[in-house]
Amino acid sequence: MTTTTTPTALTSSEVGLNQGRLPRWSTPATIVAVVVLGALATLVLDAPVPLVVGLGVLALLVTLPALAWVVEGRRRANDRMWTVLVTLAFALALLPLLSLVITVTQNGLARFDWDFLTTDMRGVLGEGGGALHAIVGTLIITGLATVISVPIGIMTAVYLVEYGRGRLARAITLLVDVMTGIPSIVAGLFAFALFAIFFGPSVRFGIGGAVALSVLMIPVVVRSVEEMLKLVPNELREASYALGVSQWRTIVRVVLPTAAAGIATGVTLAIARVIGETAPLLIITGSTNILNTDPTDGRMSSLPIFTYYSYTIPGVPPEFGVERAWAAALTLFLIVMLLNLVARVVSRIFGSPTSR
Amino acid sequence: MTTPATTQVGGPLDQGPPAEPRIGSRNRTGDKIFSGTATAAGITILVTLAGIAAFLLYEGFPALVAPAEDVPGGEGFWPYVQPLLFGTVLAAVIALVIAAPLSIGIALFISHYAPRRVAAPLGYLVDLLAAVPSVVYGLWGIFFLAPQLVPVFRWLEQTLGFLPFFAGPTSATGRTMLTAGIVLAVMILPIMSGVNREVFLQTPRLQEEAALALGATRSEMIRMTVLPFARSGMVSGAMLGLGRALGETLAVALVLSPAAVISFNLIGSTNSSTIAANIALNFPESSGLAVNTLIATGLVLFTLTFVVNFIARAVVARRKDFSGANA
Repeated sequence: MTTTTTPTALTSSEVGLNQGRLPRWSTPATIVAVVVLGALATLVLDAPVPLVVGLGVLALLVTLPALAWVVEGRRRANDRMWTVLVTLAFALALLPLLSLVITVTQNGLARFDWDFLTTDMRGVLGEGGGALHAIVGTLIITGLATVISVPIGIMTAVYLVEYGRGRLARAITLLVDVMTGIPSIVAGLFAFALFAIFFGPSVRFGIGGAVALSVLMIPVVVRSVEEMLKLVPNELREASYALGVSQWRTIVRVVLPTAAAGIATGVTLAIARVIGETAPLLIITGSTNILNTDPTDGRMSSLPIFTYYSYTIPGVPPEFGVERAWAAALTLFLIVMLLNLVARVVSRIFGSPTSR
Repeated sequence: MTTPATTQVGGPLDQGPPAEPRIGSRNRTGDKIFSGTATAAGITILVTLAGIAAFLLYEGFPALVAPAEDVPGGEGFWPYVQPLLFGTVLAAVIALVIAAPLSIGIALFISHYAPRRVAAPLGYLVDLLAAVPSVVYGLWGIFFLAPQLVPVFRWLEQTLGFLPFFAGPTSATGRTMLTAGIVLAVMILPIMSGVNREVFLQTPRLQEEAALALGATRSEMIRMTVLPFARSGMVSGAMLGLGRALGETLAVALVLSPAAVISFNLIGSTNSSTIAANIALNFPESSGLAVNTLIATGLVLFTLTFVVNFIARAVVARRKDFSGANA
């Protein structure tokens, strides 16, 4: 399928498997050439960076397939074009991640200091102030949500894997999946509508936020725990049954401990997923400037809400509020990344149940 | 699916010598309590979903039946919700149009192009995008992305201005529907590429190898075996992304500068808001019937995302049953 017309004068060393193929170094060489040309254009001709990047991408997309067309034929040229396209798609996805990390770090570091982490906003109008009340609020609300979600989530997963048969189990599986897609603001409205019936339309308190977050967290916990329980080898269950151990003791003593590391990973990721939720807390916990450690009484701030209001209502002069917003965003970002890291480390160290 | 070998655990003990009936019965009681708790937890899920619909309906109902002039906007509930519904769907569709091809490319790169050793870490990297809180996305969109996009919008207006989407005049801040759509696209990329990656990896190995053995190039192999096999999976991944985009709140609330209009102009400074963003922006200051109205719009959003997600999951579930992928 490569070249059909073979040149007549070929030495034996030239006739081989690689005949009619571009040499291996052609791809890296093209990329290096494009990058060098782009750098030259930026430095010497002072061309705008986005334009250079765009043209460079276009050059790659054209050069490699064109080269391949000449040497290798149409089909391989096509193949190379798709390789470039797929790789570019991936690179394009990393751009926002990179730019997010850079933007948040750059803007957040200005106010990310000890003062920010240890004071609240009581009486602060312009400069200064901190996010202590928001950090404490986030920890309390997320902690409560975890306390509600983890037992329900684990027991539902146990039901689905160990007991569930028939229509009820199928319905629950499907609805857990559907529940993962509930918009976070709807979860907030649900908590509000629920508590407004008992406490009136101006209800704002931390437990409501925890309930709203639980609605978002339970399906995530169920999904990950379910996956982990399915990985527990059936031989372990059967060995336990063969010793005359009842089913519930088998689950508590054999199945759950075997999957413990995976469950811990899943729960950590679920916490990371809900800790940054803003919309439900905006509805049901509201916002306040002072430290409130009682989730049963009154408004409670949290990091996402603090970020949001510090930006939208920055005060006068506005730059201090905006600085606090970025610092809070950076704090939140660091917490979420830390949770993700912990989850990966846990699963790396303790391994999945199959590796035992 | 794991199936315990015996469902009648403890049975043999019952038939054993009558000297130890207590152990058997105690175990059975334990089993009953435990399985009862597990079932109750499962039913909690159903109750919660039903509860969401019920409570939203209960609190939103006054807005549905209220006289038109009492509802915010003064024209009744449906005229109030229409532009919002339009904005919600428009933003989500823009996000989907951008994210669908990209997510397929990303998933293919990780499943079939990247070297085996780096594929998993690269997957984590994309998943990290899903972990970024939406309020951070919002700040990023308004501070970094929107100003960067203004020249692009200008160019679009000049060259493609004859299309209603790019009619202009270009917003000077870059806080437009298209910006919101792009931020949403970034936010739904991880879930879509995650689903795509999973179905691509399920392609029967033998089919792929057969294609390669017949002399297909890698791209031809992917077009002949991987993509046809993954079609329904890709559709459901797209639906899940759509569901996410429909309900996303804060990023849109921060990026868009909203107005109660229906407009196809993607780069202008008057944009339709979305249901979720509208609730977030107005709820804290609302009282009385305005709260009921917002909750009723929330019910509309809930119904919309529920239907989209339900279809997506039903497609996935059917596929698992019949495709033989897991056989």
